[in-house]
Amino acid sequence: MVWWKIVARLWQSLIVVAIVTTISFFVIRLAPGDPFSYDSIKITPAVREQLRAERGYDKPLPVQFVRYVTGLAHGEFGYSVTRQRGVGDLLADALPRTLLLAGTSLVLSIVLGVVIGVLQAVHRGEWFDRASSAVLLFLFSLPDFWAALMIMLMFSLWWHVLPAGGIVDATMHDYLPPWRAFVDRLRHLVLPVTSLTLLSLAGITRFQRAAMLEVLPSDFIRTARAKGVPERAIIWRHAFRTAITPIIVLLGLTLAPFLGGVVFVEKVFAWPGLGSLAADSIASHDYDVVTATVIVGAVLVVIGNLISDLLHMAVDPRVRE
Amino acid sequence: MNDVSDDGTSLARGAWQRLLAHRSARWALPVIGLLVLVAIFGPILVGSKGIQQLDVVALKNAPPSRAHPFGTDEVSRDVFARVIAGARVSLAISTIAAALSMTLGTAYGMIAGYFGGRIDTIMMRILDACLSIPRVMILIAVLALWNPELPGVVILLGATGWFGLSRLVRAETLAARRIEYVDAARALGASDLRVLWRHLLPNVIAPVVVTSTLAVGNVIALEAGLSFLGVGVHPPTPTWGTIFFEGASSFAGAWWIAFFPGVAIVATVLAFNVLGDALRDVLDPRSALPERR
Repeated sequence: MVWWKIVARLWQSLIVVAIVTTISFFVIRLAPGDPFSYDSIKITPAVREQLRAERGYDKPLPVQFVRYVTGLAHGEFGYSVTRQRGVGDLLADALPRTLLLAGTSLVLSIVLGVVIGVLQAVHRGEWFDRASSAVLLFLFSLPDFWAALMIMLMFSLWWHVLPAGGIVDATMHDYLPPWRAFVDRLRHLVLPVTSLTLLSLAGITRFQRAAMLEVLPSDFIRTARAKGVPERAIIWRHAFRTAITPIIVLLGLTLAPFLGGVVFVEKVFAWPGLGSLAADSIASHDYDVVTATVIVGAVLVVIGNLISDLLHMAVDPRVRE
Repeated sequence: MNDVSDDGTSLARGAWQRLLAHRSARWALPVIGLLVLVAIFGPILVGSKGIQQLDVVALKNAPPSRAHPFGTDEVSRDVFARVIAGARVSLAISTIAAALSMTLGTAYGMIAGYFGGRIDTIMMRILDACLSIPRVMILIAVLALWNPELPGVVILLGATGWFGLSRLVRAETLAARRIEYVDAARALGASDLRVLWRHLLPNVIAPVVVTSTLAVGNVIALEAGLSFLGVGVHPPTPTWGTIFFEGASSFAGAWWIAFFPGVAIVATVLAFNVLGDALRDVLDPRSALPERR
């Protein structure tokens, strides 16, 4: 029964990816212009037509779509006209960097958010709950790009404690001994990760607080108290275990907006990941790159949703049946 | 049947009174009220000063002074006048976009929840796909490639903001559909449309109101972010996003150009988020919890 459910869930994910691929392909290809319609007096119309023919942009749209999907099935994401490289190569460079940035921030904000949320619920209405709720609501209201810019401004332009952007020091990194090169990488990671963590912390905290508040008045908690279980064990072993399920569900839902934040933070800190790749390729109408980044972004969200659903099934027996 | 509508208004009136008494709404409401006043009357007061180049040489990047409380920008435009003029455009964009999302999301969610079965399955599968597309990425792509004018930007912002709400509305509709008076209405021969409009909509409206309030703040921030990336509203139309974008590059030298629109954005988003939270408390008498799912 469980296996059947997992297979059905996988099948669902595949359909979602197929729909997303179709939507993003047509939304992007139907736009006016193409990668070869840039202004340049050096290129004659005949050469433009030839370039279009080489990359298949002269074919009718449905034919292009079939070609694109066939390519995808063979693991080919197309060709970047402006960078003269396969899109697969570009993604292979950009994706790990985005995963590093997004993954670190996500883990940090979950751990911090869950701990703060539980403490808030336990001390409901006391000064800690009220103060941290106010601070988090403020953080929650900060636009992504604005918060990232302010953090960069303070820590790198005013106080000069951390680098303003990039993943490594552009001039010195290659000459550093291994451990200092590692420290260099870490230093470049601090500000973008801090920005993203602060921005996504509030949502998780609020949710965890609410989930805990719903569990705390339960009968089994009262029973545990009556049996004399220490308060710390009641909170973390009894209540928290029950209250973690909503967070698993929430995670799947917050991934898409979270990825939006990643785009802004990457752009502000010149982090050469998926978001920067997408933002930079759009101005040059590099269609294959734009389509691929949207699809990869969506696939990341779908995988996240899948993991969250499977985890949900693992921890909550009611969902399995 | 008149009783139903009377009951509806008194519910709204009660919620309004509770909102006025709510601790945090008491400062969020005046802030939003002030913003709306500024958006309506501000542009009349400042006239065309928002796009006027006063003195390109003498008033280039002038710091805040008595004559220009927010300073001037690179081409000598008065930043205060631009922020005031931008309030109208920013608020109009976000309100219309949020209203559009609210309508689409409520209609889609209610139809899926009410009819159920195969229709529901197909609609929800499509919704799953939409929820998986990172909104910012698809917006950047569409805005940059299609390069629409202001109405197009508003429609796109609205058309990409209703997926989450739709899920919520569907769940509420599924629950409300099982209430006996819905069966009673259908047994009396009420049409699907009438059941949806008169009996189900009042049941699902609370989360819609809360979500749309939050959405207004969200869209203001989103529009500003997209303008910051250079794909939102076209200059010289002043929105808080475009003013911020113009000032962001010279922040180290002339901080006032980006600082004041930034403060306007943060204050507005914060006010709408606080109001949304307060509405959640007020509209949900079943529970005193801040968040209920």
